[in-house]
This record gives sequence, C-alpha cells and structure tokens, in this order.
Amino acid sequence: MTAPISNVFLALQANDETRPIVEAILADNAHAQVDEQPGMVRVFAPGTMSLNRHTVEELIGRKFDLQEIHINIISLSGHVDEGDDTLTLTWNN
Amino acid sequence: MQMDLRTVSIKPQRQTFGHIARRLGADKPASRYQEGTLDMQSMANQHYRPLWDPEHEYFDARRTAIVMTDWYSFKDPRQYYYGSYVMARARQQDAAESTFDFVETRRLVELAPPHLVATAKRLLVPLRHVAWGASMNNDFIAAYGFGAALTQPALLHAMDQLGIAQFITRAALLLGGPEDLDEAKQAWLEDADWQPLRRLVEDLFVEKDWFELLVAQDLVIDGLLYPLIYQTIIDDRIAADGGSAISMMTQFQTEWFGETGKWVDAQIKIAVGESHANRDLIANWVAKWKARAVASLVPLAKIGAGDDAPAVLDEVVSQFERRVAKLGVGA
Repeated sequence: MTAPISNVFLALQANDETRPIVEAILADNAHAQVDEQPGMVRVFAPGTMSLNRHTVEELIGRKFDLQEIHINIISLSGHVDEGDDTLTLTWNN
Repeated sequence: MQMDLRTVSIKPQRQTFGHIARRLGADKPASRYQEGTLDMQSMANQHYRPLWDPEHEYFDARRTAIVMTDWYSFKDPRQYYYGSYVMARARQQDAAESTFDFVETRRLVELAPPHLVATAKRLLVPLRHVAWGASMNNDFIAAYGFGAALTQPALLHAMDQLGIAQFITRAALLLGGPEDLDEAKQAWLEDADWQPLRRLVEDLFVEKDWFELLVAQDLVIDGLLYPLIYQTIIDDRIAADGGSAISMMTQFQTEWFGETGKWVDAQIKIAVGESHANRDLIANWVAKWKARAVASLVPLAKIGAGDDAPAVLDEVVSQFERRVAKLGVGA
C-alpha cells in the first residue's frame, strides 16, 4: 500500500507581479493546481513543483531574477532547491 | 458571548475592463501593459478633419501603405507602458551615472592612449546629431502612426534617442571640453565624411509614410550604425587597444540597442506576417534604405577602423542581412 503523496505549495500575494509567476508554474507543471484566496494565491502540486526563470522571462518580456519572488512569497512547503534558473520544491517521500 | 471570525471570499464582478476582456477572450486579470495599451486610441467619432491634411482623419490608418486588420497586433515584447518604461530607464540611468563618475574620478580618459581619444571624439561626438534626428523620426511615428500599441513604444524610443544624445554629450565633455561639441557640429555640417549620413537623416525628416520611417530609421540605420560604431569599433577595437574608458561611457547605447532591437524585430515580423503585400513593401524599403545607409557609413568605418574598414563594414552588413532574413523579409 502506498501512502498518498504530500503536496508542496507556494503561496504568493495576488498581484500584477505574481500573475506571470503563477502562470509559469502552471505551464511547466502539468500536475499543479491553483487555489485562489482573498489577496493570496496558493499553487500546489503532489510531490514536486518547479518554477523556471526562462518561462517567466518569456511571459514578462524582460530579464527576471528568481530572487524577485521573495518580495511576494507568503509561505511555502517542501524542500527548497534554489538556483539561478530554477526553484524546485520537493518532498522526499 | 462567542465571536466567530471567518474569512469571506468576495469574487470581483469583473477582472478587467470590458474592451480588454473582449480582446483577450475571457474575463481574466489583464496585465498593466495590456490595460494601458489595448484600444487606447480613438477609432471613431473623431473631430473635424485637420485643416493641414483634409484627406485624412486625425487618427487615420491610411497614413502608411502597410495594411493591418488589427493594429493592436503590434505587441511590445518588453511590455513597456509608462510606469515599467520609466522604472527600467531609471535603473539604467543610475548605472550609467556611476560609470561616468568612475571614469571621471579615476581620470581614466587621461590614461587612455591620446590617438584613441581623438578617434573617439571624431567618430562619437557628431553622432549626437544623428541621435537627435532619430528622435525626431520616432516622434513622427508616434504622432502619425496608428494604434497605441505601436505609437506608445515609438514615443519611448524617441525619448531614448534624446537620452543617447545627452550621454554622447556627457562623454564628449569628459573626453575634451565644450569646444569639442562645437567642432563636432561643424564636422556634422561641413566635413565631407559626415555629409552622406546627414543627408540620409535629413531626407527622412520629409518622409510621409510612418511605417517606412520605422523601417528606415529603427531597423536599417540604427541596425547598421549601432553594431558598427558601438559594438565593433568602440567595444571591440578601441577597448582592445586600451580605450575601455570610452566603451564604458557608451555602455548604455550597446545595452539599449540589444533591448530595443527586440521591439523593432517584433514589429517588422508582425507586419510581414500579416500579408504578402506588406512583406513586399517592407522588403523594398529595407533594400532602398540599406543601400543608402551602407554608403553613408563607409567614411565612418574608415575613421574608426582605418584599413580594416571594408572588412569591418562587410561583417556588419552580413550580420544585418541575417537579422532581416530571420524576420521573413526576403532580400
């Protein structure tokens, strides 16, 4: 019997800056889902989920530094693997 | 007594303006660029026709030979509206400011070989008049163009060119003094080396088709001038010979050309993709203005690259041809 896979999530403030970030996560992670809450948007996915710099850059038409998301992050869950190009959240279960 | 706190989620009735929602297909949140651009210009019920041009409305799509079914298909890949544009340029201004400071306080110009400083003065300073001309031409596109999606970035482009003229002036003051500005103006007005380029820039002032102007100025002239002067002569040759102080002072131009090139390319691609008629028009314009632009750059290449001038210019031209071919303009 397999245990259900826990979700990783990223909660961001809902604003003009985070909209392309959420879109990028949804585009790159077919299994990710969005939960829109008042003033906040929570993207979650079972097991793992990643955010790619290139996808965001294509959407916003300028250079994007992954560190920019920290201004808008409310909370997250999962082990964080953060590089210049990708931010990945995973559970090792 | 017991108090229950709970969150009530209130769904907004609509996510954006009706005209944006009709364009984007659904009522979903629109970016500020989209809200500040799409359908901004008056399309109908305009005032009486201008006395100076009774054939046309104030906003009239027939001021260019290019035909589009939707003038708002011209998207700016940088998504600039006033706010994002100003913030981006302010950051670049700060960076340029500190570079100029660096060059000035460490007296880097005095450390550069004098013959390179002389070349830079001769080649760079008259270009402030070219930048001003380019600014005028983009003002024209912004004034007579059709659809805010294209006229808005054209006006930003015009402001950028004014900024470039100012950066060149600052560089001239560091390389020499105010008298160099006067000398450069004399060279621009009288020196035989500058007359072909001056004639080209001034001929464009009387072009009436604003899209042709976009092709001639922003694609062809800038597309040859910037790679030649800034990327090849200043950033490669002069910097390699010990004049990196000079290329530090022109870093905005190099960076700007890379950024705005994306915008220009996108506009040309969209117009070319619309119809064969557009493609043929643009291909003709590119060929027509390229011949004149290349000829007018020959003397400048000689000033900057001496005996290597033909090879250097050939390389710049073939680079430009590759760029244009990628845009779908059959040469």
